[in-house]
Amino acid sequence: MAWFRRSKEGITGEAQKKDMPDGQWTKCPGCGEIIHKKQLEQNLFCCPKCNTHFRIGSKEYFAILLDEGSFKEMDKKMRSVDVLNFVDTKPYDKRLTDTMKKTSLMDAVRTGTGEIEKIPVAMACMDFAFIGGSMGSVVGEKLSRVIDKAREEEIPLIIISSSGGARMMESALSLMQLAKTSAKLAQLSDAGVPYISVLTDPTTGGVTASFAMLGDIHIAEPGALIGFAGPRVIKQAVGKDLPPGFQRSEFLMEKGFVDVVTPRKDLRATIAKMLRLIEG
Amino acid sequence: MAKLVLEFERPIIELEKKIEEMRKYSDNLDISHEITTLEKKVDQLKKNIYSNLTRWQKVQLARHPDRPYTLDYIEGMLEDFIELHGDRFHGDDKAIVGGFGKLNGETVMVIGHQKGRDTKSNLYRNFGMPNPEGYRKALRLMHLAAKFNKPVVTLLDTPGAYPGIEAEERGQAEAIARNLFEMSHLPVPIIVVIIGEGASGGALGIGVGDRILMFENAWYSVIAPESCSSILWRSWEYKEQAAEALKLTAEDLLSLGVIDRIIPEPVGGAHKGPKQCIEMLKSTLTEELKKLKKLKPEKLISQRVEKFGKMGAWKE
Ligand SMILES: [Zn+2]
Repeated sequence: MAWFRRSKEGITGEAQKKDMPDGQWTKCPGCGEIIHKKQLEQNLFCCPKCNTHFRIGSKEYFAILLDEGSFKEMDKKMRSVDVLNFVDTKPYDKRLTDTMKKTSLMDAVRTGTGEIEKIPVAMACMDFAFIGGSMGSVVGEKLSRVIDKAREEEIPLIIISSSGGARMMESALSLMQLAKTSAKLAQLSDAGVPYISVLTDPTTGGVTASFAMLGDIHIAEPGALIGFAGPRVIKQAVGKDLPPGFQRSEFLMEKGFVDVVTPRKDLRATIAKMLRLIEG
Repeated sequence: MAKLVLEFERPIIELEKKIEEMRKYSDNLDISHEITTLEKKVDQLKKNIYSNLTRWQKVQLARHPDRPYTLDYIEGMLEDFIELHGDRFHGDDKAIVGGFGKLNGETVMVIGHQKGRDTKSNLYRNFGMPNPEGYRKALRLMHLAAKFNKPVVTLLDTPGAYPGIEAEERGQAEAIARNLFEMSHLPVPIIVVIIGEGASGGALGIGVGDRILMFENAWYSVIAPESCSSILWRSWEYKEQAAEALKLTAEDLLSLGVIDRIIPEPVGGAHKGPKQCIEMLKSTLTEELKKLKKLKPEKLISQRVEKFGKMGAWKE
């Protein structure tokens, strides 16, 4: 991956470290293989033995997908406001500031413009490390603005999803972000601008029930959990075991909800090829 | 079947029973003075209890089995209603009903979640929890309304979209997402009314519109208090706290800008006066539809997108 080595900044963000044990070695959750961090990084955080795709964040995806130096971030400083004064085991405001410190992120999505093989795009990528990639007002507003940007500049939109769903701590305001992002996507679609939704592990709840399932093209990484209800909730509701491979990318393709399952190493080339087909 | 009595309703009901008993004997004795005193006491008690309901108590009112449901409103408000069935792909979901009918002489498309009142009807209605074909039926009916230029009214009352294996296989998430997308640019007026329970995406799946109305004791939130408790507190025991934290009442949502208007209920909740609720909804809808009908489709859609675009709280 020559383009990858070009990147000067280290690819391992704070969000990534969380999923890694201390030190230079990590154990693959798929096959148990002990992998050196450098090797994992070079393999785009996929197990060289069993191809399990490790969870990565926006920093890694922007580096993997965009032409080097092309990314211009939008709304970098936007942050949530705890209007509900939500307190569970911890006040929401404290949860926010703690998470910001821990992850070096402002919220669960980063947005901006960039180029993929010289094709200008508007792009958003979620960070699961930020409160489970949950969508609250900031995710909804940042997505709305990047969708507007794509519409105004008539450049294709790419959203990479990774989320447990809507953010409980913003209650109905979070729920309304489903409607808000979907409404903005309808405007984008009416303007004839393409939207590629990339689904990564996991994409569930309100995010799947809004923008993640509204792409013109749905690309999923292999083995990603994608669904509306979580497997635990379903198991509890139906009182039986779930079929093998249930709610995984390949299962969704089989059922007709995903166009292509693409390994991470081919993601950039596949998106570029698709955009050239649509726009060419 | 015995009527369901909620814990906080008990003192009122006991006092009312006592008054009734006293009336029975009042033929022989002159106790009218005592009765009047007790009646005053009941009124005062009601005032105290119902003006100080906690959020959790309102959730219980919203779930009361004697509360009017979608088909009660349809029957009470509309003339010449014909129910339309099926999504034309998979089947007919009984948890969502809909069809054309006349509201004060004008044709409207009314679509809503439908719960059952007893075990049998609840099984038939899947407890008001739709499968994907329910959302797809709703969308088909909305497109019909748009085709014939008729306004849409949706009535929300669900504990959530059904979390089943087949529901996932048939794309529960896609079905809800598609509805949000399509409702946001449907070229006819849409009025959304939360009549009982508004649980998350399962409710919102028929809940995008130009005016969002909500009954006084209904609730609307990203998650039910019990589920919120189990996830955030890791126990089912914190539902009261979760209900408080979620700010899920009509009053809360009006101040957050999520809804536009509260429809008052009779003292004690909708189950104490279904007829009044039906009349109230009918007159409110008539008034709101009159305003919306004046707007051109382009204006209607741009205002609708703008309305949802403004929702949320952030700083930069
Ligand atoms: Zn492995």
